Amino acid sequence: MREILIMTLMLLGAGLIFLAGVGILRMPDIFLRMSATSKAGTLGIGLILSAAALHFNEFGVYTRVIAIIFFILLTAPIAAHIIGRAAYFDGVPLWEGTIQDDLKKHYRITDHALLYSGEIPPEEILVPQKEADDFSEEPE
Amino acid sequence: MDILWNIILLFIALGYVGAFIRLLRGPYLPDRVVALDLISVIAMGFIVVYAVRFNQVNFLDVAIILTLITFLGTVAFAYYLERRI
Repeated sequence: MREILIMTLMLLGAGLIFLAGVGILRMPDIFLRMSATSKAGTLGIGLILSAAALHFNEFGVYTRVIAIIFFILLTAPIAAHIIGRAAYFDGVPLWEGTIQDDLKKHYRITDHALLYSGEIPPEEILVPQKEADDFSEEPE
Repeated sequence: MDILWNIILLFIALGYVGAFIRLLRGPYLPDRVVALDLISVIAMGFIVVYAVRFNQVNFLDVAIILTLITFLGTVAFAYYLERRI
Protein backbone atom coordinates (compact mmCIF):
# COMPACT_ATOMS: atom_id res chain seq x y z
CA MET A 1 0.00 0.00 0.00
CA ARG A 2 2.73 2.37 1.03
CA GLU A 3 4.79 1.34 -2.01
CA ILE A 4 1.85 2.15 -4.30
CA LEU A 5 1.51 5.60 -2.77
CA ILE A 6 5.24 6.27 -3.11
CA MET A 7 5.36 5.14 -6.73
CA THR A 8 2.27 7.19 -7.59
CA LEU A 9 3.78 10.35 -6.12
CA MET A 10 7.07 9.67 -7.90
CA LEU A 11 5.37 9.11 -11.25
CA LEU A 12 3.28 12.26 -10.88
CA GLY A 13 6.36 14.29 -9.97
CA ALA A 14 8.39 12.87 -12.84
CA GLY A 15 5.53 13.58 -15.26
CA LEU A 16 5.32 17.17 -14.07
CA ILE A 17 9.06 17.62 -14.50
CA PHE A 18 8.72 16.20 -18.00
CA LEU A 19 5.93 18.72 -18.65
CA ALA A 20 8.24 21.50 -17.46
CA GLY A 21 10.85 20.33 -19.99
CA VAL A 22 8.24 20.27 -22.77
CA GLY A 23 7.01 23.72 -21.72
CA ILE A 24 10.42 25.34 -21.82
CA LEU A 25 11.01 23.82 -25.24
CA ARG A 26 7.67 24.59 -26.89
CA MET A 27 6.44 27.88 -25.42
CA PRO A 28 6.88 30.85 -27.77
CA ASP A 29 8.16 33.52 -25.38
CA ILE A 30 10.45 33.79 -22.34
CA PHE A 31 7.63 34.91 -20.05
CA LEU A 32 5.40 31.99 -21.03
CA ARG A 33 8.36 29.63 -20.68
CA MET A 34 8.99 30.93 -17.19
CA SER A 35 5.38 30.44 -16.18
CA ALA A 36 5.58 26.83 -17.39
CA THR A 37 8.86 25.95 -15.70
CA SER A 38 8.41 27.62 -12.34
CA LYS A 39 4.98 26.12 -11.64
CA ALA A 40 5.47 22.63 -13.06
CA GLY A 41 9.03 22.33 -11.76
CA THR A 42 8.09 23.39 -8.22
CA LEU A 43 5.12 21.02 -8.03
CA GLY A 44 7.09 18.13 -9.54
CA ILE A 45 10.03 18.44 -7.17
CA GLY A 46 7.63 18.82 -4.24
CA LEU A 47 5.86 15.55 -5.11
CA ILE A 48 9.16 13.70 -5.56
CA LEU A 49 10.42 14.98 -2.20
CA SER A 50 7.16 13.93 -0.51
CA ALA A 51 7.61 10.44 -1.95
CA ALA A 52 11.16 10.36 -0.57
CA ALA A 53 9.93 11.37 2.89
CA LEU A 54 7.29 8.61 2.84
CA HIS A 55 9.88 6.08 1.71
CA PHE A 56 12.48 6.77 4.41
CA ASN A 57 9.94 7.51 7.19
CA GLU A 58 12.45 9.02 9.62
CA PHE A 59 12.20 12.20 11.62
CA GLY A 60 15.39 13.68 10.13
CA VAL A 61 14.24 13.06 6.58
CA TYR A 62 10.82 14.61 7.21
CA THR A 63 12.51 17.71 8.62
CA ARG A 64 14.87 18.03 5.69
CA VAL A 65 12.12 17.48 3.12
CA ILE A 66 9.88 20.08 4.73
CA ALA A 67 12.80 22.53 4.80
CA ILE A 68 13.58 21.94 1.11
CA ILE A 69 9.93 22.26 0.02
CA PHE A 70 9.47 25.43 2.07
CA PHE A 71 12.62 26.94 0.63
CA ILE A 72 11.65 26.05 -2.95
CA LEU A 73 8.15 27.48 -2.50
CA LEU A 74 9.77 30.63 -1.14
CA THR A 75 12.48 31.10 -3.77
CA ALA A 76 11.02 29.84 -7.06
CA PRO A 77 8.53 32.72 -7.52
CA ILE A 78 11.16 35.26 -6.46
CA ALA A 79 13.69 33.91 -8.95
CA ALA A 80 11.11 33.86 -11.75
CA HIS A 81 10.05 37.41 -10.97
CA ILE A 82 13.62 38.72 -10.90
CA ILE A 83 14.53 37.03 -14.17
CA GLY A 84 11.34 38.22 -15.84
CA ARG A 85 12.00 41.78 -14.72
CA ALA A 86 15.58 41.67 -15.98
CA ALA A 87 14.44 40.16 -19.29
CA TYR A 88 11.84 42.89 -19.74
CA PHE A 89 14.41 45.62 -19.14
CA ASP A 90 16.88 43.82 -21.37
CA GLY A 91 14.44 44.19 -24.28
CA VAL A 92 13.43 40.60 -24.90
CA PRO A 93 10.46 40.87 -27.29
CA LEU A 94 7.06 39.56 -26.30
CA TRP A 95 5.25 36.92 -28.32
CA GLU A 96 3.49 38.45 -31.31
CA GLY A 97 0.17 37.04 -30.07
CA THR A 98 0.36 39.11 -26.87
CA ILE A 99 -2.67 41.40 -26.70
CA GLN A 100 -1.75 43.56 -23.72
CA ASP A 101 1.48 44.85 -22.17
CA ASP A 102 0.57 46.72 -19.00
CA LEU A 103 4.13 47.79 -18.23
CA LYS A 104 4.68 49.55 -21.53
CA LYS A 105 5.69 53.23 -21.18
CA HIS A 106 5.59 53.03 -17.38
CA TYR A 107 9.31 52.64 -16.62
CA ARG A 108 11.84 55.43 -16.35
CA ILE A 109 15.01 54.67 -18.26
CA THR A 110 17.46 56.01 -15.67
CA ASP A 111 16.59 54.02 -12.55
CA HIS A 112 13.86 51.61 -13.75
CA ALA A 113 11.28 53.21 -11.45
CA LEU A 114 7.64 52.30 -12.10
CA LEU A 115 5.62 55.50 -12.55
CA TYR A 116 2.44 56.70 -14.17
CA SER A 117 3.09 57.69 -17.75
CA GLY A 118 2.13 61.33 -17.09
CA GLU A 119 4.94 61.73 -14.56
CA ILE A 120 7.75 60.78 -16.93
CA PRO A 121 9.12 63.13 -19.58
CA PRO A 122 8.73 61.42 -22.97
CA GLU A 123 12.48 61.22 -23.64
CA GLU A 124 13.06 59.26 -20.41
CA ILE A 125 10.49 56.52 -21.09
CA LEU A 126 12.04 53.08 -21.36
CA VAL A 127 11.26 51.50 -24.72
CA PRO A 128 11.55 47.82 -23.95
CA GLN A 129 11.42 46.25 -27.42
CA LYS A 130 14.92 46.52 -28.81
CA GLU A 131 17.17 44.34 -30.90
CA ALA A 132 18.81 41.12 -29.74
CA ASP A 133 21.94 40.92 -27.59
CA ASP A 134 25.30 41.36 -29.25
CA PHE A 135 26.46 37.89 -28.33
CA SER A 136 23.21 36.05 -29.01
CA GLU A 137 22.26 34.51 -32.31
CA GLU A 138 19.50 35.90 -34.45
CA PRO A 139 16.09 35.36 -32.85
CA GLU A 140 13.96 32.81 -34.60
CA MET B 1 8.71 -2.42 -9.93
CA ASP B 2 11.90 -2.03 -11.91
CA ILE B 3 10.09 -0.88 -15.03
CA LEU B 4 8.35 1.83 -13.00
CA TRP B 5 11.70 3.17 -11.82
CA ASN B 6 12.90 3.15 -15.41
CA ILE B 7 9.82 5.10 -16.52
CA ILE B 8 10.38 7.70 -13.78
CA LEU B 9 14.03 8.15 -14.70
CA LEU B 10 13.11 8.32 -18.39
CA PHE B 11 10.59 11.11 -17.76
CA ILE B 12 13.14 13.12 -15.78
CA ALA B 13 15.80 12.55 -18.44
CA LEU B 14 13.43 13.73 -21.19
CA GLY B 15 12.71 16.90 -19.24
CA TYR B 16 16.45 17.39 -18.90
CA VAL B 17 16.87 17.04 -22.66
CA GLY B 18 14.20 19.68 -23.32
CA ALA B 19 15.81 22.16 -20.93
CA PHE B 20 19.24 21.47 -22.43
CA ILE B 21 18.03 22.11 -25.98
CA ARG B 22 16.60 25.44 -24.83
CA LEU B 23 19.93 26.23 -23.14
CA LEU B 24 21.74 25.65 -26.43
CA ARG B 25 19.26 27.44 -28.70
CA GLY B 26 18.67 30.62 -26.73
CA PRO B 27 17.79 32.87 -28.53
CA TYR B 28 18.35 35.45 -25.76
CA LEU B 29 20.46 35.36 -22.64
CA PRO B 30 17.49 35.32 -20.17
CA ASP B 31 16.16 32.21 -21.93
CA ARG B 32 19.41 30.48 -21.11
CA VAL B 33 19.26 31.58 -17.48
CA VAL B 34 15.74 30.15 -17.16
CA ALA B 35 16.93 26.92 -18.79
CA LEU B 36 19.83 26.66 -16.30
CA ASP B 37 17.39 27.19 -13.45
CA LEU B 38 15.18 24.37 -14.71
CA ILE B 39 18.20 22.11 -15.25
CA SER B 40 19.24 22.45 -11.62
CA VAL B 41 15.69 21.70 -10.46
CA ILE B 42 15.67 18.58 -12.65
CA ALA B 43 19.07 17.55 -11.30
CA MET B 44 17.64 17.86 -7.80
CA GLY B 45 14.77 15.56 -8.78
CA PHE B 46 17.27 13.10 -10.21
CA ILE B 47 19.26 13.09 -6.97
CA VAL B 48 16.18 12.51 -4.83
CA VAL B 49 14.92 9.68 -7.05
CA TYR B 50 18.37 8.10 -6.89
CA ALA B 51 18.41 8.44 -3.09
CA VAL B 52 15.08 6.62 -2.82
CA ARG B 53 16.01 3.95 -5.37
CA PHE B 54 19.27 2.99 -3.64
CA ASN B 55 18.26 3.85 -0.05
CA GLN B 56 20.90 6.52 0.54
CA VAL B 57 19.58 9.15 2.95
CA ASN B 58 22.69 11.33 2.68
CA PHE B 59 21.96 12.38 -0.91
CA LEU B 60 19.12 14.56 0.35
CA ASP B 61 21.73 16.98 1.73
CA VAL B 62 22.97 17.49 -1.82
CA ALA B 63 19.45 18.56 -2.78
CA ILE B 64 19.44 21.18 0.00
CA ILE B 65 22.76 22.66 -1.12
CA LEU B 66 21.67 22.61 -4.77
CA THR B 67 18.52 24.58 -3.92
CA LEU B 68 20.51 27.29 -2.15
CA ILE B 69 23.13 27.58 -4.90
CA THR B 70 20.49 27.67 -7.65
CA PHE B 71 18.68 30.57 -6.07
CA LEU B 72 21.88 32.53 -5.52
CA GLY B 73 23.01 31.88 -9.10
CA THR B 74 19.71 33.01 -10.59
CA VAL B 75 19.73 36.20 -8.54
CA ALA B 76 23.32 36.91 -9.57
CA PHE B 77 22.48 36.41 -13.26
CA ALA B 78 19.44 38.67 -12.98
CA TYR B 79 21.48 41.38 -11.27
CA TYR B 80 24.08 41.15 -14.02
CA LEU B 81 21.41 41.36 -16.74
CA GLU B 82 19.81 44.41 -15.20
CA ARG B 83 23.11 46.26 -14.71
CA ARG B 84 24.36 45.45 -18.20
CA ILE B 85 22.20 48.00 -20.00
